[in-house]
Amino acid sequence: MFWKRIGGPSLAAALALGLAPELFAADGAETFVSQTAGNTLWTMVAAMVVMFMQAGFTLVECGLSRAKNAVNILMKNYVDFVAGTLMFMLVGFAFMFGQSQGGFIGASGFGFSGVDPATEAGQWNYTFWFFQCVFCGTAATIVSGAVAGRTKFAAYILTSLLVSAFVYPVSGHWVWNSLNGQGTGWLENLGYVDFAGSSVVHSVGGWVALAGAIVVGPRIGKYQADGVARAIPGHNLTQTALGVFILWFAWFGFNCGSTTTADGTLGLIAVNTNLAACAGFIGAMTTIWLKTGKPDPSMSFNGVLAGLVGVTAGCFDVSPWGALIIGLMSGVLVVFSVLFIDQVLKVDDPVGAVSVHGVCGFFGTLMVGLFAAPGYGSDLTGLFYGGGVGPLVIQLLGALVVGLWAFVGGLVVFKVVKAVIGVRVRPEDEIKGLDLTEHGAEAYNGFQFFTCN
Amino acid sequence: MKLIIAYIRPEVLPAVKCALYAHEIYSMSITNVMGAGRQKGYTELYRGLQTEVNLLKKLRLELGVPDEKVAEASEAICQSARTGHEGDGVIFVVDLISTERIRTGEPM
Repeated sequence: MFWKRIGGPSLAAALALGLAPELFAADGAETFVSQTAGNTLWTMVAAMVVMFMQAGFTLVECGLSRAKNAVNILMKNYVDFVAGTLMFMLVGFAFMFGQSQGGFIGASGFGFSGVDPATEAGQWNYTFWFFQCVFCGTAATIVSGAVAGRTKFAAYILTSLLVSAFVYPVSGHWVWNSLNGQGTGWLENLGYVDFAGSSVVHSVGGWVALAGAIVVGPRIGKYQADGVARAIPGHNLTQTALGVFILWFAWFGFNCGSTTTADGTLGLIAVNTNLAACAGFIGAMTTIWLKTGKPDPSMSFNGVLAGLVGVTAGCFDVSPWGALIIGLMSGVLVVFSVLFIDQVLKVDDPVGAVSVHGVCGFFGTLMVGLFAAPGYGSDLTGLFYGGGVGPLVIQLLGALVVGLWAFVGGLVVFKVVKAVIGVRVRPEDEIKGLDLTEHGAEAYNGFQFFTCN
Repeated sequence: MKLIIAYIRPEVLPAVKCALYAHEIYSMSITNVMGAGRQKGYTELYRGLQTEVNLLKKLRLELGVPDEKVAEASEAICQSARTGHEGDGVIFVVDLISTERIRTGEPM
């Protein structure tokens, strides 16, 4: 009624013209937001969302640790992002994305040298740096969960600095150097694909975490004298559950943002990411339910993350059905991996970081060689679509090499720090709790804990 | 004056308080405790590992009562806290050497 009375269509046109004068230049020609501006906008939004993963990891790890160590977990999560950011600025970005030396390491762009903020290229450099910085922070923070509850804070600061400065950027160079146009890494030259970082980010974090957990050793009371594993329950599964949802949300920035381009592929990547997460949850929950008779919550939450990590390498190249299957398998795998690492290898990993990020990162990378579908993403074709075993072999090679680099690198880092200042707190301090002994603070002042360990 | 220490199930507290109030006994304190008598524990599952939990959540109720009210108070607690199943708890009655009200400095 109202619309008809005031002559709707012509009013709409007038309003459109009046409300958006900048879209119409003086001579009436339309101007558009440039592709570069669109890319910047999208990459920045995604990067900010990925930064929020720090909050997700903090909550997950804190909830799965004991209350007496909560402050220590919080501080470790802050420190690894801070140390990571600083190291990535000073040297990490240069090693990873600088002028490639033979495809192995970069050698330009240390501390933003050569970047001119007044040029479009310079401005894109800052955007790209910021995006890559939060990815580095993600890899670094994976380690803190596996070494929680018994690691010296000062030692953890040093290991974070070294991992962010060197271990992460070098393997990252091999896979992603071309993203910055300064050359190509040797692995990507072979056709290795890791779209958003199942291996580059997650498996590196996971294998360094394994090295750390091995070097630091298990928590007191984790293993009986005869080697049988004991449960050390986390103090707040509410934090863990919220943390996983936050990570799930932020993963859309992680995977979709890896296009660093504002284009139509974002939707498919988000769909693949979400389906894998859901399937991962189902896979893990079903597996632990059948195995033990109860749907364990922390295992189920790990399943979500397993699915997300698993699909991260191929989220651009697989079909939604492929993503679903990859997620489902990752969820099943993570349960068996946690049980194996905990009870057979007897490596104490309080949060399952090695299984979620290392094992499923490796697995997800391999899956690209099977599930890469024609018509989706790049023209990579996996074994299941008639692409032959070539892609699978390259994926296996790359996953192994990156994994080996990260594990050995992690061993070196932790052993060096152990030799210099030691990595473990004293037993009496571990019993008292790191909050009081390392930080002189309680997370839950005024609360009485009921605990037997 | 005697001190009655009663270990009861947490969920019977409202009924026990009501019963004590009905006998005009209002002074008491409650503590959360973990304990067990002959009640077996249960197992919890955490990430695929079983843990034996044989210290169960209970409440410790403490009341200081004049000698003549001890039997009455014990009976009231028993009646209201009893479910008939193992784990109902116990009552201990302890002799007090002396008492003093902090506000006035006089014995109670």
